[in-house]
Parts: sequence; structure tokens; C-alpha cells
Amino acid sequence: MIELRDVHKSFERKGQSIQALKGVSLRAEKGDIYGVIGYSGAGKSTLIRLVNYLERPTSGQVFVDGEPLDQYSPSELRQVKKRIGMIFQHFNLLESKTVFDNIAIPLVLLKKGKEEIRERVTELLKFTGLSDKAGSYPKELSGGQKQRVGIARALASNPSILLCDEATSALDPQTTSSILELLKRINEEYNITIMIITHEMGVIQQICNKVAVMEQGLIIEQGNVLEVFGNPRHATTQSFVQTVIHNSVPQSVIHTLKAESGRRLFRLKFVGGAASEPVINNLIRNHEVNVNILFANMTEIQNTTLGTMILQMNGDNGTIDQAASYLLSQGVEITEVDKV
Amino acid sequence: MNTVITADQLFGALRETVVMVGFSLFFGALLGIPLGIVLVITRPGGVLENKFVFSILNPVINIVRSLPFIILLVAIIPFTRWVVHTSIGTSAAIVPLIVYIAPYIARLVENSLLEVSPGILEAAEAMGATTFQVIWHFLLPEAFGSLILTMTTATIGLIGATAMAGTVGGGGIGDLAISYGYQRFDTFVMIVTVVILIIFVQGIQSLGNVLARKARRN
Repeated sequence: MIELRDVHKSFERKGQSIQALKGVSLRAEKGDIYGVIGYSGAGKSTLIRLVNYLERPTSGQVFVDGEPLDQYSPSELRQVKKRIGMIFQHFNLLESKTVFDNIAIPLVLLKKGKEEIRERVTELLKFTGLSDKAGSYPKELSGGQKQRVGIARALASNPSILLCDEATSALDPQTTSSILELLKRINEEYNITIMIITHEMGVIQQICNKVAVMEQGLIIEQGNVLEVFGNPRHATTQSFVQTVIHNSVPQSVIHTLKAESGRRLFRLKFVGGAASEPVINNLIRNHEVNVNILFANMTEIQNTTLGTMILQMNGDNGTIDQAASYLLSQGVEITEVDKV
Repeated sequence: MNTVITADQLFGALRETVVMVGFSLFFGALLGIPLGIVLVITRPGGVLENKFVFSILNPVINIVRSLPFIILLVAIIPFTRWVVHTSIGTSAAIVPLIVYIAPYIARLVENSLLEVSPGILEAAEAMGATTFQVIWHFLLPEAFGSLILTMTTATIGLIGATAMAGTVGGGGIGDLAISYGYQRFDTFVMIVTVVILIIFVQGIQSLGNVLARKARRN
């Protein structure tokens, strides 16, 4: 469990005070994969560093597993940090140590016995698919392998929370996907709460169940990923959503529309069950309207299908209204638009 | 060729150089490495930031480093006498050599440690490492290859400084070159000593490079 309550953070740079966070509150429950997305400079890196107190808040409180971090002495804080794993964009592995020794570091810091270390590291190597790389040095590994080492290292001390600071931003799309799969497995098998900072909406889409969108030190939108994706209110959120869900009509279609008249346009949104029903088929069969699908898109988020469609209907107004209310009755969100 | 020195003199001088360099390097490192570490961890933004310690240590090191060795050698004679109970001979030369090389090593060590990526230190801090653990398990292993080169540079610097040890009767190859080769126009001695010094420096540099490469594994 991670909770931030009205957290402010400002830095002094060359005599100037910079406000990185201006009152941020969020809550990630045990077992959540909580994504924080924002453009660079939004304050998300500062935010994640507050959770393990790499940065201290100027005001406000940070709670980990229900306990406020500001109550701890430095040595107690070091114990708390051992329950919070962290992985980084640039991996931050020790170049001078082998994969095995890198993963063993947290255990060495805990002064564990040699045998126990060997056992735990072997187990982690297997879990992250690195068994054949134990004796390699980070220099000999690919980016994806390095991040796997980072993940294994973060898991060594059996944390209850894993913080991921732009963990996939330095990786290619395919590697990103495999790292995200690994994170999901960690979340499911060990019930570890994961917090992910990213600027890639794809990351949120693939594994997060909750999301917070940040801009200029504030959370502008947060909640269930499906809700935020399905109904992005803020312009920044909309532009992030558009990077993974294409819901704009192609220019060529807009041009042909301009030439026509006597049409009505509707924007439809299907969520979950509504997306799998043959509603459009029924619409055409049972109503005297001509239906033209201008645009359609389906996206899967959290095993739920989210569909967007733009329809053009021709016919007399009463019939079109009936058709629209039929769609509404089928659980489809429908809004009439005068332009696309 | 005519020369006035004997083989015994030459080997004696060699031994003196090795003794002076060896002792002052050992004690200089013993002082300089911890000082270099202190400089890195107490600097603004360091893992144990301490304005007071840093703002004293930093200029003190600069002051000692700005003194030419020959001046330092003479200036600290009372201190030397207090430490080794004599102000002449090889052991009397070792004391100022240590005072000369320790701040130099501290600076070089500081530079080596600053090369360690801040990300590594952030990872260490995120793991809840104590300051000692940060130094021992992260900072020093990561800088090891660079530290070897640092000590190589320090050793070569020391060989140069020992030439001036003749001023207090410290002896050594460099002293031989100055008092016989230069002041008595003994070309043979000059050539022999210079060749020996070149071999020394080359050998140490090559050894340092090999060890550093091994430590960096590339």
C-alpha cells in the first residue's frame, strides 16, 4: 500500500525555488499496478522518489503499508527501504560485478549467509530467465537482460512494493513488452504492489489497473485505467489516450463528408459486453436507416474491450432517433456530433 | 667512458628510490584515499553532505598542493624532525614526500570516485545501504579500475619528487643524476640514471594499465 497525502515538493536551484509537486494525493492498494504518466518535467520522477524517501516532501505525508515515513529514524528508514524494490531507466547495475553478484547485493547488505544468498539468487535468476548469465558482466548483456538483472536485484530482499522509474523507456517495443510481462507475473505471483512512472501510454495500457496523469506538478486525472481511457476529460489525458487508441477520423473521410448533406453523425462507445454483441447488425436489420461506418477501433485494456465508432445515419429524423435510442438500450454510449 | 660512480653507488641509489617511493606511497595512500573519499561524500549533494568538513578540507588540500615540493621539503623540517627525529637522510625525505603526495592522491581519488555514475549511488540509497556500505560495496568497486590508474599516476609523481630528496640527503636515482650527472658533468651517469628512470616510469605505467584493464574487464 502506498499513499501520498497532499504532498508538496520544491527544490532550490541557483537561488530560485522550483515547485516540482504542488499538492499531490494518491493511493495504491496492495496488489495494484499503479501507473503514473506525464510528459517530462511533470514531476513524476520526483513523485516516485518520495515513496522510498530518496526525496523528502516539503510538506504533506507519504505512507507505506499504512505507516507514515516521516516518523522513522534514518536507520529505521533504511529497514523500510529494504521492503521497497526499485528499478531504473538506465538499470544502475554495478559494471564491476557479475550478474550473480549484482543480484546478491541487497542480501549482502542484509548480511545474509553465503548459502542463503546462493539459493535466493539462483531462484531469482531462474525466475527472470537469466540462469545462463550468472557469470556475465552487465557490459555483455542487452538492455532487456540488464533490466531483468535490475528486477531480480530489486526482488532479492522480498519487497512488498516495487517502484519502476521509466523502467522500459530505454528499451525497444518488443523488449518493453517482455519486461512488462515479467512485471505482471511478479505482481500476480508475489502479490507485490507496483508503481510505474512512464511517458508511454502503451505501458499503462498493457499492465496497469490504475493510472494517474500528471502535469506541472499536479495530478490532473486519476482512477481506474478503463475509466480514464474510456472517458479522458483533460486535454493532456486525451492526447495520451490517442497515442494508443486512434479515435480520430482520417482526413480523407472528413473531406468526402463535407460534400454530402442531410446526414447525422454519431460517436459510439462500446465497453466490455456491448462490444461483443452484434448491435450494428441489429440496428440495420430493425431500423429503416442507412448506416455508414466512418471509423471504428477496438482496444483491449485490462481484458476489457473498448470500442469507438463513428456512424453516419441517413433517413428521416424520427427513425434515426429510434435507432439511436435502440443503441443506448444496448449499453452503447452514443452522442450526436455535428462534426467529426 | 669516464665516470666516478661505482656500481654499488648506483644500486644503493636504486634501493633508496624504491624505499622512498614505496614508503611514501603506502602512507600517502593510507592518508590520501580516505581523504579523497571524505571529499566525495561530504561535497554538496554527496551521500554524507557536510559543508563544514568539505569547506575546510577542500582549501587545505589546495594549499598543500600549491607548494612546490622543494619548498615543502624545507618548510616542514621541524615537523619532520619531530616525526622521525632527524632532518637528513632517506627517512627524513619520506616525511615530506608523504605530506606532498597524500593531498595529490586525495584529489586523484576524488576524481576517480566522482566518475561513478550517480545512478549507482541512487540505487544504493534505494536499497537502504549505510554510508559505509555505499563506499565499500558500490563506490570503491565501481571506481577500482580508475583508482589503479590513480595510484599509477601518484607513483610516477613520487619518482619525480624523490629527485629533490637529495636536498635533505635522501639519496636516490634522481639525486645521483643531479649531483653527479648534472653538477659534475658526468654524462655517463646522466644517461644511465635517465634510462633507469624511463624504465621505471614505463614499467609502472604499463603495469598500472594492465591491472586497470583487468579490473574493468574489457
